[in-house]
Amino acid sequence: MKVSEIVQLLDGVVLSEGDNMEKDLHSACASDMMSDVLAFVKDQAVLITGLCNPQVVRTAEMMDMLCIVLVRGKKPDTTLVELARDRGITLIATPHRMFAACGILYQAGLKAEV
Amino acid sequence: MENLHFEYEVAGNNFSQAGMASDAVKSTLKKMGIASEDIRRVAIAMYEGEINMVIHGGGGVAVIDIFFDHIEIKLIDHGKGIENIELAMTPGYSTAEDEIRALGFGAGMGLPNMKKYADVLEIESEVGVGTTVYIRVDFH
Repeated sequence: MKVSEIVQLLDGVVLSEGDNMEKDLHSACASDMMSDVLAFVKDQAVLITGLCNPQVVRTAEMMDMLCIVLVRGKKPDTTLVELARDRGITLIATPHRMFAACGILYQAGLKAEV
Repeated sequence: MENLHFEYEVAGNNFSQAGMASDAVKSTLKKMGIASEDIRRVAIAMYEGEINMVIHGGGGVAVIDIFFDHIEIKLIDHGKGIENIELAMTPGYSTAEDEIRALGFGAGMGLPNMKKYADVLEIESEVGVGTTVYIRVDFH
């Protein structure tokens, strides 16, 4: 699943274009707790979260994740967007809530495990 | 090969800056061509430690030595110290305030995560004096 497809499925907007806009993304992880992301993520490419601070990008960066989806219509400040841009990580905002966003992407073929 | 030595200041209570030192180390390892699986273990262990320094330690210094087959990371703070290290190592145990939890940390997974990904983890702490965390990650 490409970034453009995620954006379309989630009625989302791209806040920062990453280095991997054309790459096929296979799996995702959803959490508001960054320590859990650090503990449990293996090679999931997409991070779905309601958390909205720079540590989201840092965590994604540490785990080599390529795309962050901010749920519940969160509007990040410029620091977060700039950091994502700087790190080449795609940042998407969606009005959907976490459960719905996960369900939509899962149904469309995004997996939990790599 | 000589080892590479770096020192980074970690600012206390500056949450937006937290992770910069770990990020810098990750970039260095990447440039050196270290395997990505090893880099990830280093990044997670150090990042959790750095977050701890910011949250609990009032900041401090990260001392990094990179050898050809492993990395040594020393995180030194002069914060309030850890009263009971064994208890602090328990998954889910946390003394973090609600405001830290709101930032996505403070779930009590920091030290367990560090232990999981480090080959050696040593913690020396004295209440009221500070904490030194030693992390060693071997490259495979």
